[in-house]
Amino acid sequence: MYVSAKGGEKAISKAHEFLAEVRRGDLSIPELTVEQIRQQLSLAVDRVMAEGSLYDPELAALAIKQSSGDLIEAIFLLRAYRTTLTRFGVTLPIDTTRMTLLRRISSAYKDIPGGQILGPTYDYTHRLLDFSLLIPSEKGEDQKVLKCEFSTQGEPFARVLEFLHQEGLVESGHSGESETVQDLTLQPLQIPATRDLRLQNLARGDEGFLLSLAYSTQRGFGYNHPFIGEIRVGEVSVEFVPPELGFPIEIGKITVTECEMINQFKGSSTHPPCFTRGYGLTFGHCERKAIAISLLDRALRTREFGEAQEGPAQDEEFVLMHSDNIQASGFVEHLKLPHYVDFQAELTLLRNLRKEYRDPKGEGEQP
Amino acid sequence: MRGPLKLQPKMKSKSVPLQEGYNFAYLDEGTKRMIRRTLLKAIAIPGHQIPFGSREMPLPLGWGTGGIQITAALIGPDDILKVIDQGADDTTNAISIKKLFVKTTGVQITERTEKATLIQTRHRIPETPLKEGQVIIYQVPIPEPLRFLEPREPETRKMHALADYGLMYVKLYEDISTHGRIATAFMYPVLVHHRYIASPSPIPRFDNPKMDRMPALQLFGAGREKRIYAIPPYTTVKSLDFEDYPFEIEKWDQQCALCGSRESYLDEIIKDDQGGRLFVCSDTDYCQQRREKGKNASPSEVVAMKAVRRKKGDETT
Repeated sequence: MYVSAKGGEKAISKAHEFLAEVRRGDLSIPELTVEQIRQQLSLAVDRVMAEGSLYDPELAALAIKQSSGDLIEAIFLLRAYRTTLTRFGVTLPIDTTRMTLLRRISSAYKDIPGGQILGPTYDYTHRLLDFSLLIPSEKGEDQKVLKCEFSTQGEPFARVLEFLHQEGLVESGHSGESETVQDLTLQPLQIPATRDLRLQNLARGDEGFLLSLAYSTQRGFGYNHPFIGEIRVGEVSVEFVPPELGFPIEIGKITVTECEMINQFKGSSTHPPCFTRGYGLTFGHCERKAIAISLLDRALRTREFGEAQEGPAQDEEFVLMHSDNIQASGFVEHLKLPHYVDFQAELTLLRNLRKEYRDPKGEGEQP
Repeated sequence: MRGPLKLQPKMKSKSVPLQEGYNFAYLDEGTKRMIRRTLLKAIAIPGHQIPFGSREMPLPLGWGTGGIQITAALIGPDDILKVIDQGADDTTNAISIKKLFVKTTGVQITERTEKATLIQTRHRIPETPLKEGQVIIYQVPIPEPLRFLEPREPETRKMHALADYGLMYVKLYEDISTHGRIATAFMYPVLVHHRYIASPSPIPRFDNPKMDRMPALQLFGAGREKRIYAIPPYTTVKSLDFEDYPFEIEKWDQQCALCGSRESYLDEIIKDDQGGRLFVCSDTDYCQQRREKGKNASPSEVVAMKAVRRKKGDETT
């Protein structure tokens, strides 16, 4: 008699079979391997790890494969897996001055101790489609590609902002807030949020959302005179102190992108004018996002500096409550779920209101 | 490669193979305990929203993860679970949620309201009255009833703390002055235990009277917004209104085309291209049971059933 989204069990399982078929595509084309995705779509893998808040390139690549390349879906898969993992402890803070550098630039100084290292970057490439990539290259031809890394080999690469700090021109990097770091993934975010939670929120926030908000600050909605003090990308070791040992051991290496922004501050009655900082850190190689985070980190410090709140990017609740793409896509896409009951309620109300409009004396009561 | 979490062996089901690598009911025991503690606090302060460390679930946020987390925290191997969406047991999302629990717990699933120990729902309260010992778990999108009047959380928190609900009454008053009635068809705000204004979740206001002094425990979970609240059994729940504009519920001219009910909440179905319509019960279990009874019922029973329903209808209006 009537067909609707009811009777779903069979329909769902058929839809999922269909999905698996579409995901696989033409069977005459070889199936993608997770390793290929990991190797050749590494920036997608990095984004999924960063927003999925789980450093595991293999699982991130698997998620990308499973989601047909829908990165938000892939991030969701990784998050849902992450949440089931046991937390056995907290590592020591990573030391990015001891990073094995892949790339490191400053746009505030022409030259910096240790040098500017361009590394693998799309900057300065001409965005012309390279038609030669249409045909896979012969085996071995790619071998000529250089593999170069700049190891710190013991002596750390000092941060650019440290030079300014030595002169007292920039505020200290330590906020003076409590040393125990809270965990956004275990506790609900409360507004106002402390800086550790803010940075965690931004680190797993949606790249597109953060990018646009950061952009809005540059266009005058909370402008803050930013200079990139330094961006560095590379591998750092992660150290953990097992309680039974009592000393740190290295448990692995992760690639991170770190951005330190230099911003202006006019000073106040208690503080002389000096530069202020914005900080951004992400898993993997995600420069665009690290820059956006550092712009927003600074924009969101209005309360701390007694600055006027002029733009959406300075509104903590607005930014932090809407940055998470898993929350956002879940709620926006839940509109696909049936709403018959509420719609029926609205329909009945609207009909009654219209009836009263036409016939005000009828009291709107239905017979 | 990576160590999967161990399943608790005693929870193993006889019939359905459980999902490997995940704990009973998906969440780890520590998270379940955290949720149960939040629930205890919520029950102790009826209608008050308690923040909790909502987790990512394998279903999207906004698709019932708050309810799913509460169900996961409460469910044991002996529970009998019913999941409905829009009143129906067989809507796609209800099926998907049931599948998750079948896969991770192996518990028994039922469509019969009176048989269920746990009922997870989206947008409806079953027509069959709930009993003592049952738990109804609502999926909540926006737990804050004041959110559309005041978008800022610190502000609404303050309003709840001071029981400063003037804004809500002004809104209802403005409805009356504009439309001649309170123009809120669903998610109609309620006052719980004379203290906190709470959102009944997006149930139609038709269902609001069922919340009042309900013998079952009512739990509300908002996963994305990370809030839990509760209404203990037999708690006073009042739909907001004014003395001269009392709260009223939807009524239909029509009756259910399948079971003939005039008392249940009806879904409207468009039959054909000419806009022909028919109405059927939104509560599929209620409708089904009525049809089964109708087949065997003697005429006197039908008359008696009608009388009972009429009486029930009088009480709720």
